[in-house]
Amino acid sequence: MSTGSVEQFQQSLSRLDTASTAVVPDELASTVADLIEPPAVGAELPFDGLSLADAPVTLDPSPSRLREAVTGVSGSRMGIASLGTVAVESRAEGDEFVALYPERHVVVVRASDLRTDLSDAFGWLRAEFEADRQSFILATGPSSTGDMGALVQGVHGPEEVHVIIVRDNE
Amino acid sequence: MSDSQQLDADRIRTLLESEGDEIKENTRLFNTERYDAVKAVGEGAHEDNRSQARAIKEDAIERLPELINRTREAVEANGGTVYVADDAEDANRYIAEVADNVDADSVVKSKSMTTEEMDLNEALEADGLDVWETDLGEFVIQVAEEVPSHIVGPSLHKSREEITKLFEEEFDPDEPLDSAEKLTAFAREYLGECIDDAEVGVTGANFVIAESGSIALVTNEGNARKCASIPDTHVAVAGIEKIIPSIAELEPFAELISRSATGQDIPQYLSLLTPPVDTPAIGFDGRDEPHFGNGDADRDFHLVLLDNGRREMREDDDLRETLYCIRCGACANSCSNFQSVGGHAFGGETYTGGIATGWEAGIESNDVAAEFNDLCTGCSRCVNACPVKIDIPGINTVVRDRINRGKDPGFDDVLVDGLVPDEEEPGTPLRKRFFGNFETVARIGSATAPLSNAVASTGLARKAMESVLGIDARRDLPEFRRTTLREWAASREPRVADPERRVALYPDVYTNYVRAERGKAAVRVLEALDCEVVVPDVGGSGRAPLSQGMIATAEKKAETVAASLLTYVEDGYDVVAVEPSDLAMFRREYEKLLPEAAYERLDGNSYEVLEYAYGLLENGADSDVLPAGDGDGVAYHSHCQQRTLGLEGYTEAVLERLGYDVLTSDVECCGMAGSFGYKSEYYDLSIDVGETLADQFEEAAAERTVIASGTSCMEQLDSLLSPGTRHPVELLDPERR
Repeated sequence: MSTGSVEQFQQSLSRLDTASTAVVPDELASTVADLIEPPAVGAELPFDGLSLADAPVTLDPSPSRLREAVTGVSGSRMGIASLGTVAVESRAEGDEFVALYPERHVVVVRASDLRTDLSDAFGWLRAEFEADRQSFILATGPSSTGDMGALVQGVHGPEEVHVIIVRDNE
Repeated sequence: MSDSQQLDADRIRTLLESEGDEIKENTRLFNTERYDAVKAVGEGAHEDNRSQARAIKEDAIERLPELINRTREAVEANGGTVYVADDAEDANRYIAEVADNVDADSVVKSKSMTTEEMDLNEALEADGLDVWETDLGEFVIQVAEEVPSHIVGPSLHKSREEITKLFEEEFDPDEPLDSAEKLTAFAREYLGECIDDAEVGVTGANFVIAESGSIALVTNEGNARKCASIPDTHVAVAGIEKIIPSIAELEPFAELISRSATGQDIPQYLSLLTPPVDTPAIGFDGRDEPHFGNGDADRDFHLVLLDNGRREMREDDDLRETLYCIRCGACANSCSNFQSVGGHAFGGETYTGGIATGWEAGIESNDVAAEFNDLCTGCSRCVNACPVKIDIPGINTVVRDRINRGKDPGFDDVLVDGLVPDEEEPGTPLRKRFFGNFETVARIGSATAPLSNAVASTGLARKAMESVLGIDARRDLPEFRRTTLREWAASREPRVADPERRVALYPDVYTNYVRAERGKAAVRVLEALDCEVVVPDVGGSGRAPLSQGMIATAEKKAETVAASLLTYVEDGYDVVAVEPSDLAMFRREYEKLLPEAAYERLDGNSYEVLEYAYGLLENGADSDVLPAGDGDGVAYHSHCQQRTLGLEGYTEAVLERLGYDVLTSDVECCGMAGSFGYKSEYYDLSIDVGETLADQFEEAAAERTVIASGTSCMEQLDSLLSPGTRHPVELLDPERR
């Protein structure tokens, strides 16, 4: 599978009114802290060596915390460069709730996990399905609706999405 | 349209006034965005996806029993339950039991046409449950106590102001809800609490994946994600036709569904869920306990697969492809009539738009389909829009035929039966037989012209036609020519001694009996381009009877016409047609009316007249023999069926080559559509559709010559702008010099 470019991914995100920041691993903690508007909840990242343990977020939150949170932070094991899409996995860490309840969703994705396009992403999905990981939301931009007479962002899902792209240490 | 009302002129007029503006704006926006999105991804790539999607659906429906079994095995292995419901009542009963088993008080739902089909809300409410639609469009409809007007945008007939009024009256909010943002924020808050409180979440499923027991959901708001994850019990409801074999087969649909629906490359959320999912169940009782309340509830998943007539549709050679439908609404958005009047007219109990006839005939009855089936004019603009290549006009025609045959013959019918040369059964409505046998009318009208024209245009005659045949008196009638094109051609000597090509110019009914001048122009143009031209003695193509759902008659005509034209083809002639709707018979509709070999031979050797002229010019014919455009402006309206065949570009290219400045309309159809605009109850709708075209040309018409390829389009433009609309070939006529 080929790897999509960070630049293309960021261009796609900007078309979706979605902000993005590319960082190296050492910068992740401070970047997360900068992008959080408290109170914040999180689901522990699905990556070796990258963690939210020291970030100002509540992991494994209570229902009250979840409802009150303004920001939710979670990780994505795949991004689609041509579309600006991330994958929210249905995990026991509660990624789905963290990505869904708060108004702002901060997503962490590794540059090396970017796929070029939807076709390439389906290659990844097929492999995941074979490995018995079979529940994902391919999420592209903030939630939106046109049902109230004009296009509005922020309906049942986040109004604002911010993607942090973690490049390999150079 | 569950409060089923007779679709008469009054009802159409009311809907045009009350809902037309919103419907027009929204459907046309979706339609334009679809065109743009297809262009952006590339026509070739889009076509590849359509072909793949079609093949996957054909295969999946063929293997449906096996796929249902595999789905059951996979879902049960995952820990869920599958229930295959015979009909709506069966499905509703099962879901009510599921709710009862978890002592539910309330159910939240994401958008699902299948549950609309089942009237699930009413069934659950009758069981004492609170039911909330969480898709904002569905929520609006629920509060307004209406039915959806569009498969994708259930409330798109409502303006923001109407929704504000509705919500302020219903909910009496502290702050005014006078913007889309405030309405959305209010609904999010209100429904968010409903979702948190509900014991059961019901979703649809755009696709069911047999191998893994997964469902795919396409949404933009995020409500389906919430309904599937927040309540402990998740019920997904889908028609049995939604099953595809594995995740691999989802790919072309993921490409196609949002692009076709709303012009998005991908939806906001494409959920691939293999329930019960690992997302923890929320324990709202432990609201301050960590780990989402430390609830001990297990997730419970039920997949309800609904038959409700689908297995019978699968056995029905003509309705089967309806089951390939992925409910994108592109057939509605690309339909001129739908764009004007919306799904409250153009729809049945549940489904709306072009494909609704197939669904309603299959799951309800022909009677329900009959309420709106005539709104499909067969313009075919939905054919290329459909992501799974369903022949939607073909389904509409077959059902129309079945509706015709279902009528009890009256005395009039028996009388008419002996007079008209068709293949229909007595009972076929008189008006349909009149329009379907227009060729006979034209032959007699021409033989007795001009007397026939004079008589037909008297007030008394028009009154009689309106009351007996429902022909609107406000429409001008075609004037028959005493000398037909065929007679004129037969009286001429061959003009080209050493022809480059030999042409059999097809004398369609209109060109032969009514618009002979465009036929004559075509003959002179082709001769000027070094073609020998003959006008064969051959009758109507079957377009008129086919449009009335008189398939047996159309088939007979097709056989006769093909037998005649193919003798010319054998002798080395090319078949050239002036009227695009007849060419579309040869190149599209005959596929279903003729043996394969005959269809392919005629399809491969027939051309639209400007397409043919383009070919001649490209192959060295001298354009100087045709009158030059000298920079003159033309306003060109191509014909709907011509555009579906991808042929409008040839007319533009030839005219530009001759030096014309060409402005082309971009409406889907002129609204006249053969007999449609003549029918009294559809007159207002036909004019409403036509006005969009007239608006595009109104200013231009002062400085440009208005031209149109189709007879109907010419009639519509003549009546909406001013008489004098020409066929493009008339501009090429050497006699104009």
